[in-house]
Parts: sequence; structure tokens; C-alpha cells
Amino acid sequence: MKKNAPGQRGLLQKLILAPYSVWAALFIVVPLGFVAYYAFTDSAFHFTFDNITRFFTATSTVTEGEISREVHTYLLIFARSLKLAVISTFICLLMGYPMAYIMARASDRTQKILVTLIMIPMWMNFLIRTYAWMTILQDTGIFNGILGLVGLGPVHIIGTEGAVVIGMVYDYFPYMILPIYSIMAKMDVKLLEAARDLGCNNLGVLRRVIWPLSLPGVISGIIMVLIPSISTFYISQKLGNGKFYLIGDAIEGQYVANNLHFAAAIAFILMVILLVCMALMQRYANKKAVAA
Amino acid sequence: MKKIIELKNITKTFDGEVVLDNISLDIYDNEFLTLLGPSGCGKTTTLRLIGGFESADAGDIIFMGENINDVPPHKRNVNTVFQRYALFPHLNVFENVAFPLREKKVPKSEIDQKVREMLSLVALTGFEHRSVTSLSGGQQQRVAIARALVSQPKVLLLDEPLAALDLKLRKDMQQELKKIQKATGITFVFVTHDQEEALSMSDTVVVMSEGRIQQIGTPIDIYNEPENAFVADFIGESNILDGVMLEDRKVAFSGHVFDCVDAGFGRKKPVDVVVRPEDVDIVTEEKGMLKGVVTSVTFLGVHYEIIVDINGFKWMIQTTDFVDVDEHIGLYIEPDAIHIMNKSEYSGMFGDYSSFSNELDELSDAESETEE
Repeated sequence: MKKNAPGQRGLLQKLILAPYSVWAALFIVVPLGFVAYYAFTDSAFHFTFDNITRFFTATSTVTEGEISREVHTYLLIFARSLKLAVISTFICLLMGYPMAYIMARASDRTQKILVTLIMIPMWMNFLIRTYAWMTILQDTGIFNGILGLVGLGPVHIIGTEGAVVIGMVYDYFPYMILPIYSIMAKMDVKLLEAARDLGCNNLGVLRRVIWPLSLPGVISGIIMVLIPSISTFYISQKLGNGKFYLIGDAIEGQYVANNLHFAAAIAFILMVILLVCMALMQRYANKKAVAA
Repeated sequence: MKKIIELKNITKTFDGEVVLDNISLDIYDNEFLTLLGPSGCGKTTTLRLIGGFESADAGDIIFMGENINDVPPHKRNVNTVFQRYALFPHLNVFENVAFPLREKKVPKSEIDQKVREMLSLVALTGFEHRSVTSLSGGQQQRVAIARALVSQPKVLLLDEPLAALDLKLRKDMQQELKKIQKATGITFVFVTHDQEEALSMSDTVVVMSEGRIQQIGTPIDIYNEPENAFVADFIGESNILDGVMLEDRKVAFSGHVFDCVDAGFGRKKPVDVVVRPEDVDIVTEEKGMLKGVVTSVTFLGVHYEIIVDINGFKWMIQTTDFVDVDEHIGLYIEPDAIHIMNKSEYSGMFGDYSSFSNELDELSDAESETEE
């Protein structure tokens, strides 16, 4: 067998990687540069912090019944996005973790079937899925129809925060379950037996072995659900009847209104916050891994 | 001696296949007991039943006088050293050993002291904060032993714990395990397919085959007084011949009547005769009780291993005298070198060296090492 000298191999590797590098540069780095450029310029493309400060200082009046109060518009929107995203992520984790565990312990055949079942909704367009939930959750929709059959309801769901959360959970659930499942499927069954042998009951095995070993999967699941659900738009417009304006909707709104610079500024701030969150979480995960 | 575990008429099947067929076994306090047998003989299943990881289809497991059939593993005063150690990769050496103590909410200072004691017992002092994944196989093995012993179980179960170690380390660990067993006074139940390991370490050896116990005895009993052809063949090398017990202390095989020391089989009773290769003396053809032709000679350092064809049956003989291939020799066998066994289902299956080769032996060893 002929071996390439290290130098040649390096060149070959660079050549193979070249298309990807070009692709990454063109479609990731350059657009990000544009976002930053727009965020820090005004309509005449002069450097300014105005867009950034506007995000933190803009106020508007909210009227709830008789009482009106001044609020920081975008901070409020951001807080609301964060709240709904955290709730959705938490629900995904709560449902996904046991599900992933059951899947990982099932027979090979059942595992394949379950993975496919979880993936199938992902093949459908996200807008169609959201519309489907609209028909399900409407006051005269399928859900209330079923409740009516058993003599309950109707329940008003559409247009509430609950409806938005249902939409987010449904859309992002696979992103929570799959990373946790893939870690759990690889876990050595002997470790669980060892824990039981050494005095753990089922809860002890879960708390002291399964949970710490599955933590990397949990963290990537959280990141993969939290980030798209913070920045999501459209779900809130359709399932929340537009009453729960989220940060993604704000970006879209500014963009549609041709306020490109301010839209870019919001996107930029969101990006920075998410990057910091991700870095912190990764650091926590690594620290856990090192401690182990 | 006090019985600590009694297995009573245990039967276990997996998917309709019988892996344990009505076995009964008493394990005594403070003994080193080895379950020995080829892969698939049911030895690991027996261990897992005692550990609580499998439940028997029929029969009872009695632990210190109490039936523990339905007691889950974490409530049994029995710990296991797993085949590939099963150390917790997210915990360091100290925390792995401390694992069972933390579960029992033992006070911190006591945990500290007990873990250090255990680590010094297995010669791992100073490794407390190392990650278990950074340890060698032998060191991981020691951590697994320390972890299993720290809560002072009545019985330690060891599932082929040395199978993954290389030969030199394996020998060292055999010594060490024996030493630890003596020092702690804990009953060890050890599973292996390696007969040398079983003979050198155990107080009691239980030879198993096809889900049944073939023989229980001390290593010397098992070697010198095998119960049937399977045991004689599995433990050491044996020439196993078809014979007829003519009367007490007289047996005929290979066309010759020999004096022997066995009695009580009755008259004209067909039996299996075992002659160990090291118990045969080579003499000149005229002086021999049996006459044959040497078909192969292998030099093994301590002795030669020669194969001799006697009336079509190939004998293995270990000798320090040199003989050459095709040489005609005589064999002389002392009465106490002859061991008589009752006929069994294994009669005629073993003990003829006509297809013998060292390579085949190694192949079957490698096969059993992959057993889960």
C-alpha cells in the first residue's frame, strides 16, 4: 500500500474540504457578517448603537382592563419568548426522558418502529403541522369534539399561551428524544446491574447511574429544543391568534416593515444571548464529564 | 461447616432451551467455590441466579436459612464482580468504591476510612482521584473487587473476572484473589472455564456440563477421582478406555488384565477406565503390559508429549525419556494409576487422542472466552 506523505495528505484533505469551506463561508459566515453589519448601522449605513439601545429602551403602553402601564416592549417580548420556550423544553424533557428510556430498553424491532414513528411528523412541513394543530384545537375543533362526546368541555385553548406551548412541544419533541435515546441505547446494561447489585433500588439506579450518564444527551436535547423554540415565529401567530408576540415574530415584523437594521439588531442580540447560554451549558456538561 | 447458600432443584430455561436442569448445590461459609465448565454449561446462569439477576423456573435458593427466590438484587447480601468489571465511567476510583456505602447513607468519615482500607487491600492506594477509564485492565479489576467487598457481603460472586487479563497478570491476580479471600473470610463463588485456574484457587470445584452438575469435590478429588468421562477429559489430559471390571481390583482393557485399586463395581461390569498421561511408564516392548508404536512426539520443555498407537487407540503419554517416532515401545501401568468410572452418557465421547492437536484446544478456549 502506498502511503501519502503528511504534506500531500494535508493538501488532499484541504482539497476535499474546499467545497464545504466555501459553502460555509458563503452561507453562514457572510450572512452572519451582514447581520452584524446591519445591526450596527443606520439606514445610511453609518455606524451606530441606536438599534441595539432601542431594543433595551423602547417602551409601549399595555392596557389590561382599566389599568395601563408602560413596559419595555422588546424586553417584555424576549421574556415572554424565554418563558414559553423554557416551559416547552421542560415539557419535552419530562415526556421525552422516560420515553427515550423505554425505547432504549425495548427490543431491536420495537426500537426501529418507535424511532420511525417519532421521525415521521418531521417529514411534514412545519406550516402544515401548525395548521393541523389549529384545526385540532379550535373551539369547534377535533379536540373539543371528542371532549363533547364524553360530555366535557368545550375548552377554550386556541389563542392561549397553552396552545402556543402545545405547538412548540409537538414541533420540537423529536429533537429532545433522539439525542437522549441515542445515549441511552449505548449504555451498558451491566452498569445498571452493577448498581442494583451494590444496593440501589430502581430509583437509585436512575438517580445515580442512568441520569448522570445520560446528561450529555439531556443537554444536547435541551439546546436543540430551547434554541428553536426561543426564536420561533408563526406558531404563536397561528395558535396564539397573534396575541403572544414572540421575539421571532418581532424580527419578522420589523423585516416585513422594511426595518432591516432594527430586525438585524434584534437577531444579533438574540444570537449573542443564545451563544452565551449554550457556552454555559456546554461548560456545565464538560465539568460534569471531567468530575466523572 | 455452616451452609451459607443452598440451591435446591433449580431449573432454568431460556426460550424453551434448558440451561439449568434440576441442579442442587450447597455452598459453605468461608469457602472458595468454583463453578467450572465449558461455555454454555450454565455456570454463569447459576451465578446470576444467586446474584438475583435471573429467577429460576423451579426450585429454591436458600441464603442463610431463608428463601430468597423473590428478593431483588439490591436486598441480597451478595455482591458481584462482573466479567468486564462494569465500573461507573462517570465516577472516579474513590467514588466507584464508595458507591454502595453512599447508597446506605454511611457517615462521610466512615466512608472515607472504609474506601481507603479497601483500596489498600487491593494495592490501589494513591489512585483515589484517577478516572476509572484511565486504568489498566488489572487495575480496573482491582477497583471492581474493592467496590464489591467494601460493604462486606457474606458472599462474593465472580464472573470470569480474569478472562480479559493477559496470562502473566492472570496468574498474579489468581494469587491475589486467593489472598483476599483468606484475609476477608468472605465466601467466594468463582466462575471460570479454565481448569488450571479452578484447580489452583479453589477449596471446592463444581464441574458443570449441559446444565447439570457432573461432580462436586476438592481439586484433588476432581483430578484423581473423576466421576465420569466428561470430568476426566475436561480436567487435565486423560486416556479414557472401554473396560470390563472382572472382579474387585481386576480390570480388563486394551486386551490385557490389570490390577487396580478400585472395588465395588460388581463382576463383569462394563466401565470407563482413566489413565492419566503422566502415570504411564515407558518400558521396552518385551516388558510392557501393552505394546504400541509412537506416532508423534512433541517437546514441551518439562516433558515430551507422545502419542502411542495401541491396537488403533491413541494414548497420550507424558514422559521425560526420549523416544522416537515409529519406535515400538511397551507401557507399564501401576495399579494406583488406574481409575475406574461408571459408564455415563459421556462414555466413548472423550479420551482418544487420534484427532488430538494443540491448535484445536486453543480454538475451543478462545471460543469459551467470548461467552457473555
